[in-house]
Amino acid sequence: MINPAEIKIRNLSIEYKKAKKGFVKAIENINLDIPRNKITMIIGPSGCGKSTLLKSINRLHDINEEVSVQGSLEINGEDIYYSGRPVPELRRRVGLIHQKPVPLPLSIFKNIAYGLKIHNNIHKDEVERRVIEALKKVHLWDEVKDRLDSPAIALSLGQQQRLSIARAIAIKPEVLLCDEITSALDPISSGKIEQLLVTLSEDYTIVWVSHILRQVRRMADYVVFLYMGRMVECGEKEQFFEDPQDSLTQNYIRGLFT
Amino acid sequence: MKNRIYSRLLKDHMASHILNLFAFLIVLFFFLILVMLITKSVPVIRKNSIAELIFSSKWDTDAKQFGFFPAIIGTLEVTLLSMLFAIPVSMLTAIYISEYASSSIKTSISAFIDVLSGIPSVVFGLCALLYLVPAVSMVMKKIFSIQTTGMCVITASLTLSVMTLPVIISLIVESLQLVPKELREVSLSLGATKWQSVKKILFRAAGPGIISAILLGFGRAFGETMAVAMIIGSKNKIPVSVFSAGETLPSLIVNSFGEMMSVPLQQSALIFVALILFIIVMVTNSVAKMINIRLSQKWRY
Repeated sequence: MINPAEIKIRNLSIEYKKAKKGFVKAIENINLDIPRNKITMIIGPSGCGKSTLLKSINRLHDINEEVSVQGSLEINGEDIYYSGRPVPELRRRVGLIHQKPVPLPLSIFKNIAYGLKIHNNIHKDEVERRVIEALKKVHLWDEVKDRLDSPAIALSLGQQQRLSIARAIAIKPEVLLCDEITSALDPISSGKIEQLLVTLSEDYTIVWVSHILRQVRRMADYVVFLYMGRMVECGEKEQFFEDPQDSLTQNYIRGLFT
Repeated sequence: MKNRIYSRLLKDHMASHILNLFAFLIVLFFFLILVMLITKSVPVIRKNSIAELIFSSKWDTDAKQFGFFPAIIGTLEVTLLSMLFAIPVSMLTAIYISEYASSSIKTSISAFIDVLSGIPSVVFGLCALLYLVPAVSMVMKKIFSIQTTGMCVITASLTLSVMTLPVIISLIVESLQLVPKELREVSLSLGATKWQSVKKILFRAAGPGIISAILLGFGRAFGETMAVAMIIGSKNKIPVSVFSAGETLPSLIVNSFGEMMSVPLQQSALIFVALILFIIVMVTNSVAKMINIRLSQKWRY
């Protein structure tokens, strides 16, 4: 049933260096396989390390000198922490969408063209074609086609979030990381995003951090439960919700703690 | 219990009025200075027209001719030139501190910058007089074989640019630090390098702050009096090249107020210079505010 793993995480630990406190482990020795072209949702109480784990898949901890990452993290067979390839090249394969939409201080068009332009000398027409393609894919094209040059911030929050997704997929990554991407949105906008991610999972491996259990029940193919930096349990959704093995998982699912 | 609430409300009421009063005082000072400058400038404006004062180069205190054109040109030349040096250096330094330096380096460099910005301008003037003036003179002699004292526009500009650097740098660093880290993360996760993120995203996001920082530095260079008066050579003639001696509006005031304040008309002429300074500062500030608003809307994130 489970697709071949796209992301293989082995013995991954992430530490924060805190002034005067020494090292604080945010992620402790996680082993995890994330299947290709499926929606894998990471759940757990706040502060359990969900976002920390997510960012390590994009090597975003590199910009923070206080964070150190140990272990191995393979994407499509390539260990991104020990690969000789340049980091921007590795990051390009993994898109990140934040909790609050992050429009770059550019126009709607340029927000999406940005990722395309920094990589290769693609011809102007090709950039335009791919911007339109990305906007259509997130069902934003009809809403913005007449105002591509207006600032992205002028869009509604829900539109901004779909723009963020369009921006991420325009450069054709392999993995999409979603950090509670619906929690800043109204129910209708979140509904649109959820539908969109179902379609996108046909082409992308999606890793989605969420704290809304109902959303996880609706959306997930595969669920990972983190608690205090450790992985307690993971499995396919049906098995995870109907027959959780660990008592912590059982309590969490029953809403005994959040 | 009832009394207590009334006394609290009374205090609240009083606080709001007192705070109001102090805020009003600031505005009052502004208008007091403006009115004082205008009334005191009236005698000289009656005698010589404003156009004549601003655009004439004739300077003869005995004949009651006051042409401030050379000083105005000198001021613009010195200020713009100093910004030309200061802007690139401060931008690059600020980017390094904010985006590239490790946190320990960041802290120590910032400490040096803070101290540098607190040094009185007369100290900068002295150092420039002792080292920069002879250096400029020597370079002029060796390279262009021109005999000068070294007290000239370029010396003043270089000194001013060093003086304004700390202010501009720390304000640019501040505005870069205010950019949310999510913007950096998005740019990086799209595969941009750090430099690309700085150039294409951070410059815009921090743009209004950077421009305010530069304009504040501009204001400081523009109004700087002491250091400039010490090294510009104080010649009330249009500086034809950056190596000629000149005068700026503030240095003109400080160099002539001793003798001139005693004669009413001459005093009035100097007050008129102060009025020009006041108006230019006012205009630059308003323009800065307008640019800031426009850019904040354009580069919002």
